[in-house]
Amino acid sequence: MGRYLLRRLLQLVPVFIGTTFLIYWLVWSVPGDPFAGKCGDRGCPENFRAVMTAKYHLDDSIWLQYASYMKNLFQGDFGITFGGREISDIILTSYPNTLKLAVVALAIEAAIGLGAGVLTGLRRNGFLDNLVLVSTLFLIALPVFVIGFVLQWLLGVNWHIVHPTVSSEMRITELLLPGFVLGSASTAYVARVARTSIAENRRADYVRTAIAKGLPMRRVVGVHLLRNSLIPVVTLLGTDLGALMGGAIITEGIFGINGIGRQVLRAIVTKESATVVGIVVVLVVVYLVMNLLVDLLYAALDPRIRYE
Amino acid sequence: MSDILVSEQSAPGADGSGRPSGRLLEVDDLRVEFRTRDGVAKVINGVTYHVDAGETLAVLGESGSGKSVTAQTIMGILDTPPGFVTGGQVRFHGKDMLKMSAEQRRRIRGEGIAMIFQDSLSALNPVFTVGFQIAEQFRVRRGMSRSDAKKRAIEMLDQVKIPNAKGRFSNYPHQFSGGMRQRAMIAMSLALDPEVLIADEPTTALDVTVQAQIMDLLGELQRERQMGMILITHDLGVVADVADRIAVMYAGRIVEEANVYDLYAKPAHPYTLGLLNSIPRLDEKGQELRTIKGLPPNLMNIPSGCPFNPRCPMAQPVCREKLPPLLQIGSGRASACHFAEELVNRD
Repeated sequence: MGRYLLRRLLQLVPVFIGTTFLIYWLVWSVPGDPFAGKCGDRGCPENFRAVMTAKYHLDDSIWLQYASYMKNLFQGDFGITFGGREISDIILTSYPNTLKLAVVALAIEAAIGLGAGVLTGLRRNGFLDNLVLVSTLFLIALPVFVIGFVLQWLLGVNWHIVHPTVSSEMRITELLLPGFVLGSASTAYVARVARTSIAENRRADYVRTAIAKGLPMRRVVGVHLLRNSLIPVVTLLGTDLGALMGGAIITEGIFGINGIGRQVLRAIVTKESATVVGIVVVLVVVYLVMNLLVDLLYAALDPRIRYE
Repeated sequence: MSDILVSEQSAPGADGSGRPSGRLLEVDDLRVEFRTRDGVAKVINGVTYHVDAGETLAVLGESGSGKSVTAQTIMGILDTPPGFVTGGQVRFHGKDMLKMSAEQRRRIRGEGIAMIFQDSLSALNPVFTVGFQIAEQFRVRRGMSRSDAKKRAIEMLDQVKIPNAKGRFSNYPHQFSGGMRQRAMIAMSLALDPEVLIADEPTTALDVTVQAQIMDLLGELQRERQMGMILITHDLGVVADVADRIAVMYAGRIVEEANVYDLYAKPAHPYTLGLLNSIPRLDEKGQELRTIKGLPPNLMNIPSGCPFNPRCPMAQPVCREKLPPLLQIGSGRASACHFAEELVNRD
């Protein structure tokens, strides 16, 4: 297990460098003057340009720029915006909100998706099965903003069941609806993958053995069947956290949440390159960590992977 | 068509009344069909056999003869759909299990009747240790503590002669060799001390040398525990040493039943004769292997009359018209052939 973990950790290094460099290069190589439109109509004063150019090594080659950026990053320095605000400050205020939303979405996804998947996988072609198949198809087919606006209008505006927007306190109860909207498509995929996985394993020999041992049905399903069927579902759920955070822009917009989506959008529009890179780098780290967790969970679920 | 068969050799008390007959396990005129999209396959067409404590019954037949499906029906692990029991009884201590509630049947599994499967790699759960899967029985069925269950599981591994049972407890199935895995499977099935053990081709997936070891072990455990054992196989060589009686199945019916000596010496059904002749022999080295010509019948369209007639070297017109019932011929043996007497009395 130790070697497995070490190997997985080492694999993260080139991936981290590769992805962050790509982002850095893309963002800073966008044609156009990085100072354009930063200082009002008159353009930026010469000394401001000089300070900023020095700070971001804008005259150096992209490799040197990237290297010094990374060096600062590892010391916790994400740089400052052209307006002089610490980028780490932006990240610290917006990331927790998005993370909270994504975790709520993930929890809803796991609970509803897995529940529906197990129930329909055990009883295929029944009423519930058809209901789930149709409704998941519905969720997959509709874009997030449609689901978001429709539910916000129905539940928030029309029926007054929830508040249409999320307050700055970000209470969990307020996040249930945005979380469901954000995770809607993923919930549908989880339900379908779980259904297939359960249905396949239901006929497996070891399930028959477990029944022949005289185990109660809930133990056969809950222990023997579920553990084996969870493996593909875990991949889906684990890698989804990063995708949910990155994909939260629209949901955050609909429900007025101050998250990274909003910040990235603003930074892209105003060409705040350092902010874009900073936020995306953190997102990359989230992806990598989640992937590592999935790999570890895999090994925990399936011993055959551990001993390869 | 299959309704013509009236099993006149039925076990005493098997008159349909469900009256206890003192037998441990009886299958009585069992009928099972598989309803598929392509049609209805009549897989079991009136199978009757029984096994008593301390005795081994071998059920012999080609694939598709219905021997495994009979076993699955006894265990209550038949996949429904597509499989449906359409008639007959399966009596355990005289009580018809097919009429019991799901919960009553569950309690019999493992404790009353246990089963060993053919392919131990797929039959054991790959993500749990072998020890866990054995100890699970003691914990769930006997309510033992984790440590007591572990102790008992190690004892079981010891009994099936797995070296270093203690260390092997926390291994996963894929870390065992095929033979060891089958031993673990046996340990698991015997954990709750069952009265009947059904072994469904327990050695088919193993090397020849390992096969003998596993059969010896099974025989030994069966004698020690005075279990009734149903040994399902297509391998005549496996049967000879272990079985007391043999039931030969063809197209979902018993075509011959006899003790081992009678069956090998004087088979009373041409199908049995064909099976015996098809065993490769050292003194016929270099010659072409003898086979039974033709293929097993399509169970969706079983030939009329005797189902074996299209392949039978002795077939007469009567065989195409009349289904031969399983009839007593001499003491303790039965055959479902119109010419059983002639077969036994030839030479």
